[in-house]
Amino acid sequence: MLIRKGAEASLFLEEWQGQRIILKRRLPKEYRHPQIDGRIRNYRTLHESQLLHQAKAAGVPTPVIFLVDLHESIIMMEFVEGKRLKEILPTLSPGKQKLLCKLVGRMIGCLHKNCLVHGDLTTSNMILTNDGKIVFLDFGLGEKTTALESRGVDLHLMKRAFESTHFRIAEKCFSAILKGYAEILGEEVTSRVIAKIEEIELRGRYISGRSEHEH
Amino acid sequence: MQGRKPEQVCLGIEATADDFGVGILDFEGKVLSNVVDAFVPESGGIHPREAARHHARVAGQVISTAIQQAKIQPEDIAIVAFSQGPGLGPCLRTGATAARALAAYIGVPLVGVNHCVAHIEIGKLATKAKDPVTLYVSGGNTLVSAFDAGRYRVFGETLDIAVGNCLDVFAREVGLRRDGVPFGAVVEKLGRKGRNFLNLPYSVKGMDLSFSGLLTAAITLYRTGKHDLEDLCYSLQETVFSMLAEVTERALAHVEKREVLLTGGVAANERLQEMLKAVADEHNSLFCGVPKEYALDNGAMIAWTGILKYRAGVTTPLVDSFVRLKWRLDDEDALWVTDKC
Ligand SMILES: Nc1ncnc2c1ncn2[C@@H]1O[C@H](COP(=O)(O)OP(=O)(O)O)[C@@H](O)[C@H]1O
Ligand SMILES: Nc1ncnc2c1ncn2[C@@H]1O[C@H](COP(=O)(O)OP(=O)(O)O)[C@@H](O)[C@H]1O
Repeated sequence: MLIRKGAEASLFLEEWQGQRIILKRRLPKEYRHPQIDGRIRNYRTLHESQLLHQAKAAGVPTPVIFLVDLHESIIMMEFVEGKRLKEILPTLSPGKQKLLCKLVGRMIGCLHKNCLVHGDLTTSNMILTNDGKIVFLDFGLGEKTTALESRGVDLHLMKRAFESTHFRIAEKCFSAILKGYAEILGEEVTSRVIAKIEEIELRGRYISGRSEHEH
Repeated sequence: MQGRKPEQVCLGIEATADDFGVGILDFEGKVLSNVVDAFVPESGGIHPREAARHHARVAGQVISTAIQQAKIQPEDIAIVAFSQGPGLGPCLRTGATAARALAAYIGVPLVGVNHCVAHIEIGKLATKAKDPVTLYVSGGNTLVSAFDAGRYRVFGETLDIAVGNCLDVFAREVGLRRDGVPFGAVVEKLGRKGRNFLNLPYSVKGMDLSFSGLLTAAITLYRTGKHDLEDLCYSLQETVFSMLAEVTERALAHVEKREVLLTGGVAANERLQEMLKAVADEHNSLFCGVPKEYALDNGAMIAWTGILKYRAGVTTPLVDSFVRLKWRLDDEDALWVTDKC
C-alpha cells in the first residue's frame, strides 16, 4: 500500500514474513537525463543503505534494513512505529520540546563524531518511538566525512528546517540541539561548527559569492 | 492634464545591481510603464561603484520617461516604492536616494521593498498564480520559497554561487562571446546541439544547492581539450537544471502547494522551463513561467509590491529607509498576503 509519495521516493507499507515493512522505491524522473537519473537513484539507494547501517553502529537508531535492490532502487526496511517529530513537536510543552531537541542534538553529535553527516536533517526525517527513542530516516543525501564544512551545512539545514517549518519555536529548539550536540562533541568543536553555520548563512546570499568568482 | 483622472498610482525604483528600473502601476495592478536602463560593464563581472555611477547618471531621465510613458503627472503619484535590499550597497543607496528625493518632492509616503519578495509578487500578478512555490534564479540569487504562516519562507538556496553566475563564469572561462545576449542564453543555444552527456558533480544538500564544485569540474573538462563545447554546455545545463528541479520538487512535496512559479533571468531558459513544468505536472500543480519583462529586475515589481504593502498599512519612514544589503526574504511579515486559497 502506497503511504507516501515524496519528492524522491514512494513509500509502501507491506507485510513481509509476519511483520510490517517499508519499501522505499526511488522512482525514475522523466524530466532529467537518464544518465543523471540512473546515477542518482543508484548511488543514493546504495549510499542510504550503507549509512543507515553505519549510523546504527554509531549509536543512532535507524530502521533495520532487510533487503536492497540496486537495480530497482528499492530498500526494504523495518517499519518504525511512532510519530514524526514534525507533527509531535509542536504539541509538546516547552520543557519537553527542549528535552527532545537536546536528544536530537546528541544524535546528530553521534553521527558527526563517527564521521557521518545526514545531509537532510528535517523533522520529517525523525520518528519518536513509544519508548522515547528518536529514529533517523532518509540518509540518501548523507556523506562519510569529518569536514567542518559538511558538519556546518548539516546543522544549517536542521536550523533552516526549524525556521521554515517550526518558526515559532525555532530558536529555542535549535539552541537545545546545539547543547545536546556539544555534550557529544565538546565545546571547542561545537563553537567551530557554530562559527561555520554563521559563515554559511552569510554566503550564497545576494552577491557575496559572486564577486569572488568574477575575473 | 490629459483626459486621465488622477487615479492612485505608485512609482517603483529598482536598483539592486546593474539595472536601474522604474515602473508605474495603478492600484488595480495595471502596469502603466516599466522602463529599465541596464549598466553594461566594459569587462566581465559586476562593478558596484561603476554601476551606481551609471544609476545616478540615468535616474532622472528614466524616471521622467516612465512618468511620460504612463501618461501621468508627477502629482498623480500616491506612493514611491524602492528596492531597499538585498543587493549591492552603492547601487541600493543610489536608488534609495532618488526615491527619497522624489517622495519628498511630491510629498508622498515612501515604501521600502524587498527585492526578492518583489520578484515573487510581480510573478504572481503576471501569471495569476495565487500561492506558489517559487524558484527564483538569476545572476545573484538562487532560492526556493513559499508562503507559510505570514511570511515568505526560504526552503532552499545556494550554498555558494548563484546559478546564473555559474553559467556566466563558465561561459567566460571557455571563451564564449555574448554579442549582446546574456551568457546563459549563449550556453543554452550551444547546449541544444550537444549530444554526448558528460558526468559532472551533482550537489544537492537537503533543499540547498552548491554549484562551485561543478563549475570547476566543467572548466577543467574543457581544458583537457577532449570535449566538444556543445557537449559541455549541454551537460552543464542538464546537471544544473536537474538540481534546481529536484529542490523545487522537494519543496513542492513538502509544502503541498498547487503552483510552481519560475522567475529571474535564468527563467528564460527553455530547458529549465520544460523540467519545471514536468515537476509541476507530476505533483498535479500548475507551472507558471514569468514573462521576461517581469522576470528580470524591473521597476514594476517594486511598484506593485509597494502598493501591496501600502494597502496593508505599511510605509517606510525616512529614518527607516536605510538600505539593507543582506535583507532576508523571510525577515519580514508579508502582511498583505491574506488570500491563501
Ligand atoms: N522505516 C520507516 N518507518 C516508518 N515510516 C517511515 C519509514 N521510512 C519512511 N517513513 C515515512 O515516510 C516519510 C518519507 O520517507 P523518506 O525516507 O524521508 O523519503 P523522502 O526522501 O521521499 O522524503 C517519512 O517522513 C516517514 O513519515
Ligand atoms: N536563456 C537563458 N538561459 C540561462 N540563463 C540565462 C538566460 N538568459 C539570461 N540568463 C542568465 O540570467 C542572469 C541574469 O539575470 P538577472 O535577473 O538580470 O540577474 P541579476 O540581476 O541578479 O544579475 C545571467 O546570469 C544570465 O546569464
